Amino acid sequence: MSESLLEVKNLKKYYPINKGFFNRAQGFVKAVDDISFSVNKGETFGLVGESGCGKSTTGRALLRLIEPTAGEIWFEEQDITKLSMEEMRKRRREMQIVFQDPYSSLDPRNTVQRILEEPMIVHGVGNAKERRAAVKRLADVVGLAKAHLQRYPHQFSGGQRQRIGIARALALQPKLIVADEPVSALDVSIQSQVINLMQDLQREFGLTYIFIAHDLSVVKHICDRVAVMYLGRIVEITDKNKLYAQPMHPYTQALLSAVPEPNPDIRKERIILQGEVPSPANAPIGCAFNTRCPKVMDVCRNVRPPLLETDSGHLTACHLYDKEPIITRLA
Amino acid sequence: MIQPILKIEDLHTHFFTDRGEVPAVDGVDLYVNPGEVLGIVGESGCGKSVTSLSILKLVPNPPGKIVSGNIYFKGRDIVPLKEKEMRKIRGDAVSMIFQEPMTSLNPLFTVGQQIIETVRLHRGLSKKQAREHATEMLRKVGIPRPEAIIDEYPHQLSGGMRQRVMIAMSISCSPELLIADEPTTALDVTIQAQILDLIRRLNEEQGTAVMLITHDLGVVAEMCHRVAVMYAGKVVEEGSVHDIFHNPLHPYTRGLIESVPRMDETRERLYSIPGNVPILSNDLKGCRFAPRCPNVMDICQQSIPQLTLQEKSHSCRCWLHESQQEDAV
Repeated sequence: MSESLLEVKNLKKYYPINKGFFNRAQGFVKAVDDISFSVNKGETFGLVGESGCGKSTTGRALLRLIEPTAGEIWFEEQDITKLSMEEMRKRRREMQIVFQDPYSSLDPRNTVQRILEEPMIVHGVGNAKERRAAVKRLADVVGLAKAHLQRYPHQFSGGQRQRIGIARALALQPKLIVADEPVSALDVSIQSQVINLMQDLQREFGLTYIFIAHDLSVVKHICDRVAVMYLGRIVEITDKNKLYAQPMHPYTQALLSAVPEPNPDIRKERIILQGEVPSPANAPIGCAFNTRCPKVMDVCRNVRPPLLETDSGHLTACHLYDKEPIITRLA
Repeated sequence: MIQPILKIEDLHTHFFTDRGEVPAVDGVDLYVNPGEVLGIVGESGCGKSVTSLSILKLVPNPPGKIVSGNIYFKGRDIVPLKEKEMRKIRGDAVSMIFQEPMTSLNPLFTVGQQIIETVRLHRGLSKKQAREHATEMLRKVGIPRPEAIIDEYPHQLSGGMRQRVMIAMSISCSPELLIADEPTTALDVTIQAQILDLIRRLNEEQGTAVMLITHDLGVVAEMCHRVAVMYAGKVVEEGSVHDIFHNPLHPYTRGLIESVPRMDETRERLYSIPGNVPILSNDLKGCRFAPRCPNVMDICQQSIPQLTLQEKSHSCRCWLHESQQEDAV
């Protein structure tokens, strides 16, 4: 059994909708609605789902860049939601993030040298000389030339900027990196360069990744285990081979069937979902997917299905797999 | 021999910037047959969008300009046409769907007004007929409650809905050619599947020819009959969708296909094309792909290869394949 690095228990992030003269909360946008999962040391854990499913909010809440509304986040036997701001800041040395947009996540007024050095200055690592040496090593590791260090972010292409973003995340030798759509803004040929780099770095430094993405082919390539999110909830978690070979949740099935594959001979049985994702301010009662599910039953409209093991290591939140029929009391 | 609905010959669209002349489209030859879906693939900056804007003469001028070349629409060269005549073609016989539906719909007008404007202009319908027609179009693209949605503003709709409205507008005059520039890039996969399904039905049921511009090889494989691969302002390979995916000839096409992670097979490591797309200028010598090409030869640095036919309807712009031909001769 591999050791777990991160345990998330019943994480919630609700945003109040304030209305009226007194600005009272009139309801909540449930961006992340009671999710639990664990991430093992050295693995790549994928969080997938469509826009607005809460995957990015989850990623940020894990580092407390967004303050969770409720729940526990255990990082190496410590519940980091209980830490003070200052303690948390120190703890973040071990938990870093790489953002999606390599254009807006680097300070345009700083040189690459300064961008890579800053985390070390903030955390008081080494003296000036040691830091300069460390920056050179980092640049080397992610494939930037020495001459690049004196340049500014606008002088780089998207792929190179993403390399800078990754180098910055590595600067403090973290254990966990949350990568929020790190390759979705990049062209295909550049995307594969960055994916390969991330895999090399993982091997070299024993990193654990939480890889947030909407591109299911990329996720299949890089992840070990995957959690599928829909409307703030996790609907399925399992290892990637099981997920892609035998998706259990109707949403996962539809999602996988919708991905166009680069092979003109494949004609997939496509499940085209009707309608769109409901607003998270007004999520359906019961299963969040019940408005679009092709296999919806009565119970789905009343009772939220718990995330249960349907097969060894395969968790699904769906009433189709209920062991005993749930008796619903009609209100 | 079928006459192509659209034929582009040696098109050059250049941008005149402070840093000099940028040949964004640098000698492109393409054709689209009636009822066909042609895919144009390539990465950012390869000139695929500028090519499509050139067809409708929508390239912002200045700084952009069609420097030379011909664009024949049903046998008639539209390059010399005046703006007034172009307006008769746009939205009528040829129409376009853009990537970002939010910025291409007018936020100040309701969805209905925008569709009605198009059909009144081109079809001369009365207000009432036009409104009925617009409602019908919205229903056709799968918009629920079209009678109500017709009076809504673009901001009231989701991304997928807006893209449907764009499509409804662009097909309202039953165009013979639909140009779709990254129509699903901004959308989620399940919504993408809906929109692609809609475009495919248009093609199959009404015989509308489609020019689909995308960077997504999956979308190409799924939708297109024929594919043109562009790199740095030029078409580097062109052939049927089977030729391109099963027998790619150009090293760039091969690299592109190898770089994509796939769901139907497991790869330990992805292939990656080293380096970056070149910055376009008129000073570039030799093959544009030479600096990144794994099969580069001396001649590639010296002169540009021609787009030559390799086998029936499969052509490629690469010295590797030119030499083979010479040997054969």
